[in-house]
Amino acid sequence: MLGIVASIIDGILVGSVYGLAAMGLTLIWGVMDVVNLTHGALIVAGMFALFLLAHALGLPAYGALPIVLVGGFVVGVLLYWVSVHRMIGRPPLMSLLSTFAVNLVLIGLGTDVWGTDLFNVPVALPGVSFGRYTFPGTHILAAVLTAVIAGGMYLFLYGTRLGKAIRAVANNRDAAELVGIPTTRVLSMAFGLGAALAAVSGTLIGTLFPFTVLSGDAYQLKSFVVTVLGGLGNPTGALLGGIVLGLIEGLATPFMPVSWTLVIEFAIFVAVLIAFPRGLLVFRR
Amino acid sequence: MRVMNQLSAHARFLVQLVRRPFFWIIGLVTAAFVVAPIIGNNVELREGLLIACIYIILASNLNLMVGYAGYVNFGSIVFFGLGGYICVYLMSAAEWPLAAATLAAGLCVFALAYLFGFGILRLRGPFFALATIGINEAVAAFVINFPPWGGSSGLYLSPELFRQVGGPMQALWVIYFIIVAIMALSLYLSFAIKNSKFGLGLLAIGQNEDAAAVLGVPTARYKALAYSVSAILPAIAGGLYFFKSAYIQPPDAFDLNLSLEAMAVMMLGGQGTVTGPILAGYFYEELRGWLLTSDTFSHFQLVVAGALLLVIVLFLPGGFMGWIHDRWPRLRKVLE
Amino acid sequence: MTAILDIQGLGKNFGGVQAVHQLSFSVEEHEILGLIGPNGAGKSTLFNLINGVFKPDRGRVILRGVDVTAEAPHRMARRGMARTHQIVQPLTGMTVLDNCTVGACFGRENLPLLAAREAAHEAATFVGLGDRLERPASALTIAGKKRLELARALSSQPTLLLLDEVLAGLNPTEVDHMIDVIRRIRTRGVTIIMIEHLMQAIMSLSNRIVVLNSGQKLAEGTPQEVANNPAVIEAYLGDPKLAEELHRGRRHG
Repeated sequence: MLGIVASIIDGILVGSVYGLAAMGLTLIWGVMDVVNLTHGALIVAGMFALFLLAHALGLPAYGALPIVLVGGFVVGVLLYWVSVHRMIGRPPLMSLLSTFAVNLVLIGLGTDVWGTDLFNVPVALPGVSFGRYTFPGTHILAAVLTAVIAGGMYLFLYGTRLGKAIRAVANNRDAAELVGIPTTRVLSMAFGLGAALAAVSGTLIGTLFPFTVLSGDAYQLKSFVVTVLGGLGNPTGALLGGIVLGLIEGLATPFMPVSWTLVIEFAIFVAVLIAFPRGLLVFRR
Repeated sequence: MRVMNQLSAHARFLVQLVRRPFFWIIGLVTAAFVVAPIIGNNVELREGLLIACIYIILASNLNLMVGYAGYVNFGSIVFFGLGGYICVYLMSAAEWPLAAATLAAGLCVFALAYLFGFGILRLRGPFFALATIGINEAVAAFVINFPPWGGSSGLYLSPELFRQVGGPMQALWVIYFIIVAIMALSLYLSFAIKNSKFGLGLLAIGQNEDAAAVLGVPTARYKALAYSVSAILPAIAGGLYFFKSAYIQPPDAFDLNLSLEAMAVMMLGGQGTVTGPILAGYFYEELRGWLLTSDTFSHFQLVVAGALLLVIVLFLPGGFMGWIHDRWPRLRKVLE
Repeated sequence: MTAILDIQGLGKNFGGVQAVHQLSFSVEEHEILGLIGPNGAGKSTLFNLINGVFKPDRGRVILRGVDVTAEAPHRMARRGMARTHQIVQPLTGMTVLDNCTVGACFGRENLPLLAAREAAHEAATFVGLGDRLERPASALTIAGKKRLELARALSSQPTLLLLDEVLAGLNPTEVDHMIDVIRRIRTRGVTIIMIEHLMQAIMSLSNRIVVLNSGQKLAEGTPQEVANNPAVIEAYLGDPKLAEELHRGRRHG
């Protein structure tokens, strides 16, 4: 019994990081109605940034976070101008393909450099023990940092001018333009923010599990499942959805081989969508 | 009486297609594919054209879903792989002859796609796109855990089976010609659908699905039909391809990258066109061949595919044919 | 004259807002029924309920004696019901003729492609687009797009036509042309339900009018009866511009 509770708690901890990743995806989706298929590559970028910064510069693992946050934002803005800007207003197929193409290029380059080897960034942190069960320190710290970053994002969205501008553009772009908001610049920043969240979640995941260049796909799929569970454009929903997914994973993985986890998640994804074509918690804009 | 009327309507439809110049252009292209490698017994050219054919088949059939109906199928490779597995399994375990096995592969995949199609096609846009990737992964995961199909080690075909087509050397030629035939069929299928009522319905769905439904297009049925019809020829091609390789395993059969290359080829040639896949398929095969010989980077071709796709989507969304049609508008009716 | 369409006790709720409530009326064959009401009264929602886009929470839709409540939109098209949209929905990548051909192919008569193209040609010319058949739908003016919307609906050979503000956004000349087209459509035997804000037009075109307010039927009757109905006048007084229109309509109707 205690074992199941332990699995649940651990699932919630890890799930919160999935939620953070999904927040990036759902933010971009909600603000500019673009599905960012470069999301997976950004997560991988965060993972490898962690590796490079930790090994090359000898930085303590969590010190990489601020760097990845800023770097991810910059890369995101760049990506917006390269692959998204001209796709706004065009049929959704176009932005799907353009962001997907960038993903292909990035992952392709990544496999050229790092192949498909497994990378690991061991982080030595004491865990918290209850009787026979130990919660890894990395899991706990990841969840705490997720809360901090998510909290920071809320403060930003509701407390700063740029944050309010982003919400205005998400609500009604034309109206925002009319009141003088430079909507294109705001969109690029929103994309940068979404990318930063993706990258930072990748860094956190890197402290939890080993990874390869191809890991992005799995986490991208998880982000989509979470987004669907939490409702499009709903950051709170994304966080909650991530926790739910983590819970499901925590409960299911002791009972089945790892290769089936993705299939289960995909099945949930499809099943939820068929039943609720707009996601479980619909966010009314 | 009604059946006779329907048959004669279909016959009239086909006759009307035969009179179009494009019908003969497809025939010429097919003839070129057949004749070119025969001259001088050019085995290298044959192998290159075989790959080009595979790309053309995949891109052409992908066009039915993506180019006509506007539904992005990222995981279309699942048809190819599943067809391959069904064919190889039937030939090795149940000792079916090649013809029967490939036809069975085509039919089974068609049926499965039609059944699953109704469910998945309720998803729109990016959800559908991701679901198709998921389907590919799910089928691959299933096969890996399915011992009768060799699990993760795959299935081998005994060389004896090549005697059916006249021995190992001749087999390569026979299979090549059959694949060229499948390519021709794919092109004719795309051409016929584009000029049919079914195709008009698909195009309407691709433009505005809700408006199409109000106009009377039976959207659910048409989408499922497009999805399943687009599965048949890739499935048969898969059967033939893996028969030729005499070996099939999950990473090769359900290689998502091939799906993505097919998407890039389709977009490069011009989505919604019939000629596009021909031009782009050939071009991409040449490009890929050049890349493979001049670079030791195994995944560089993916970078190129991605970069090509990006450039097309950003600057030339109509692909080759879009540019050609803009430049010479009168070709629009001739070269579809 | 039999009732071609019978609406019985229709109700629809959207997240707490009762968009349509206890709505009942019938439409006689070959008549033009006007549907008016202040903004947000539920008129377009009603069309969506009739045509299968939304499923009603309560009530029934009876078409020529057959219960067609909540049937899919494409089935309704087969049953001879066509509609236009308030915000035009052209199939932008296709030509005017192709747009109409879609209607003809999948409409009441389910025509094969060649016959459909002829029917489409006829419908498009009837509406006044005969000179623009090969142009892409995206290249049309707003008036052209409105005509296309109508031509496409007409191509389905409907027996019942639902028009949602076909006159909105048109200049007086275009309005006159459309009114003439609508009259000629009725002469061909098509029953028409029109949502319209242009009071003069709807007063002069309609045989009968149904007035909606806040999702409920406020009044029903001939244009004269409705225009002199105090409850209707009061409902419109909340919207001075429309009240003015109503007054003008009374004088002309």
